[in-house]
Amino acid sequence: MRRQIPLALCFIFGAFMAIQYFIPHHSVADMQERILMWLQTLLAFAFLLGTVSLIKVHYHKIRNRADDRAYSYVALAGLLTMIGLGFIHPDHNLPGSPFSLMFLNVQVPIEATMFSLLAFYIASAAFRAFRARTLEATLLLVAAAIVMLGRVPIGDLIHEGIPDATRWILEVPNLASKRGVMIGVGLGMMATALKIVLGIERAWMGGGD
Amino acid sequence: MFADKGRLSAERLNTGLAVVSFAVAALFLCPAAALCQSEAEAAADSAAVAPAIAPPASVDVVDTDNDRGGQIDVMWEPSPDVELGRVEFYRIYRSTHPDTGFAQVGRVGYTQTQYVDAGMEDGIDHYYRVSAGAGEDESFSPVIGPVSSRPHWIDKTRINCLVAVVIFVTAIVYFVTSARGGKELFIRRLPGLDEVDNAVGRATEMGKPILYITGLSGISDVATIAAINILGEVAKKTAEYNTRLIVPCADPIVMAVEQEVVKEAYAEMGRPDAYNEDDVFYLTRSQFAYVAGVNGIMVRQRPATILYMGMFYAESLVLAETGASVGSIQIAGTDAVTQLPFFITSCDYTLIGEELYAASAYLSREPVLLGGLKGQDTVKLIVGILLILGVIAATLAATGVIETNFMAPLYATS
Repeated sequence: MRRQIPLALCFIFGAFMAIQYFIPHHSVADMQERILMWLQTLLAFAFLLGTVSLIKVHYHKIRNRADDRAYSYVALAGLLTMIGLGFIHPDHNLPGSPFSLMFLNVQVPIEATMFSLLAFYIASAAFRAFRARTLEATLLLVAAAIVMLGRVPIGDLIHEGIPDATRWILEVPNLASKRGVMIGVGLGMMATALKIVLGIERAWMGGGD
Repeated sequence: MFADKGRLSAERLNTGLAVVSFAVAALFLCPAAALCQSEAEAAADSAAVAPAIAPPASVDVVDTDNDRGGQIDVMWEPSPDVELGRVEFYRIYRSTHPDTGFAQVGRVGYTQTQYVDAGMEDGIDHYYRVSAGAGEDESFSPVIGPVSSRPHWIDKTRINCLVAVVIFVTAIVYFVTSARGGKELFIRRLPGLDEVDNAVGRATEMGKPILYITGLSGISDVATIAAINILGEVAKKTAEYNTRLIVPCADPIVMAVEQEVVKEAYAEMGRPDAYNEDDVFYLTRSQFAYVAGVNGIMVRQRPATILYMGMFYAESLVLAETGASVGSIQIAGTDAVTQLPFFITSCDYTLIGEELYAASAYLSREPVLLGGLKGQDTVKLIVGILLILGVIAATLAATGVIETNFMAPLYATS
C-alpha cells in the first residue's frame, strides 16, 4: 500500500498531463492549470523543508564541533540576519530597506564574483582541451582556432575565407551534432517519463517492488 | 469627382448624393439661409477633398479551430484605401443582436487582416462588423453573423505528434513485455557507467567521500528524475562498500526525494544504520551561492569521486574545474547540450545526452528497464529512417525531380 498509492497517483497525473496536450477543451485546460497551481503551493511548503534542513545540518555541525563548523556559524548568522531584516521592515523589497541593501550590496556582488571566476576556468579548461595529444584533440584545436579567428576582425584580414569557414563549422557539423544529441535527449526524456508513469521505473521511490 | 482610378464606386456615389441632398435641404429649409449655405458648401468641399474611407471587404467570421473555446476568428480583405495610404487601423465590433448594441472588442493596425476575439461565452450567437478608419473617420462593413464559439476535444494540428507517441508507447511496451518473457537484450557498453564501480572502490580505498550533484533543476525536469534514478544505484554501491555519500541539493523537493531514495537504497542493502540524513541536505536555490557551497565542500572534504548528473547551466565548468583541481575522479552526465563541452573537457567520463536516461537501466541491469531502453532505440531507428527519407524527398523537391515534398505533412505544425 505504501508503494501502490504513489504509483497510482503518478500514473493518474502523468497520464492526464500527457493526454491534455492533445485536448484543447477548456474543462481539460482548466484542470491542467489547477494542477500547475498545486505545484506552486507545494513549492512554497518545500522551501520551509529546505530551511529546516539547512538549519539542522549546520546546528549538528556546531553541536558535534566539526572541523569546518566556522562556516556553519557564518551560514546560520547570514540566514538569521536576512530573516530578521525581512521581518523588521514592513516592505522588505522596497529600495533602501535594510533587506534590500544587504541583498544588493552583499549577495549580488558575491555572486557576480563567483560568476566572473568562469572566465579563468574557461582559460584553464581550454588549455587542457587544446593539447594536441590525439587525433580528436587536434581536430578540436584546429576547429576552435578557425572559429575563434573567424569571430574577430583579424581573421578576415589573415584570410577572407576564415569567416566563411567559421560559419560552415558552426552551421553544418556543429549544428548537426547538436541536433543529433537533442533527438536522443527528446526520446530519452519521453522514455523515462513513460517508464515512470507506467510504474516500470521505480528508482525515484527508492527502488523495490 | 468621385471617380477613383477610372471606376465609379457605388458607395462613394452614395456619399456624394448625400452631400448634394444636404446642400439642397439646407438652402430651402434652414432659417439662417446664409449661414447654412456656407456650412453646406464646406461639407461639399470637404467631401470633394477627402471621400469617405472604403470599408474592409469580404469580412468573414468563424469559430476558432483547435481551441479551448470562447474564441472566434474575424478575417477580412484589406480596404482598397490601404494602398492609397488612407487607412490607419481596423476596429472590430461585436454584438449579440444584428442591429444594435455593437461594442468595440479590438483594434489592429492597417497591415492586419485577422483578429482573434476571445473571452466570450460558448454557444451564444454573435454578430460582427469591421471598420476601416483614420483619425476620426471610420467606415463600417456590413454586419456578419451569426457565429458562436465552441470548445474542441482534439487539437488536429497535433495528430502527427499523437501518432508518434502511439508508435513510441507501443515499441516500449512491446520490448518491456519481451524482456519480462526472459528475452536476452544486448546493450552497448557505456564506459562512464562501467567506471562507477571503480570510482566507488577508489573512494573506499582512499577513505574519502563521494560527492553526488544533481544540478540546479527542480523535480519537474526529467533530467533531474534520471539523476535521482542513478543516485539510487550509486547509493546501493556506497552502502555496500560503506563509503560516505554527500548529496548537496539546490531544490528542497529534490532534496526530500533524494533523502528517501538514499535511505531506501541503504535499507535495501541491509545497512539502514549507515544512512546519515545530514549527508543529503539543502544548500541554496541561488546558482552561484550553490557553486560556492559545493566548491567549499570539494576543497575541504577532497572527495575521491564526484558525479555530476542532471541539468546544469553556467556553473558546470566552475564545479568541474574545481573538482579536477582537487584530484577527484569525475563522471558527468547531462542533456544540456551547451554544457557538454565543459564536462567533456574537465571530467574523466561524460554521459552525453540520452546516455543519462539510459544510465539507471544500465546500472541496475533490470530486464524490464533494459526493455524500455531497447524500445527507445527502435524508435530512434524509425526517426533516423524518416530523417533520411525526408532529406531525400526535400532534395528531390528542391531540384524539381518531384513536384511535391511528400514528407512535408510529417513535420507540418500549426
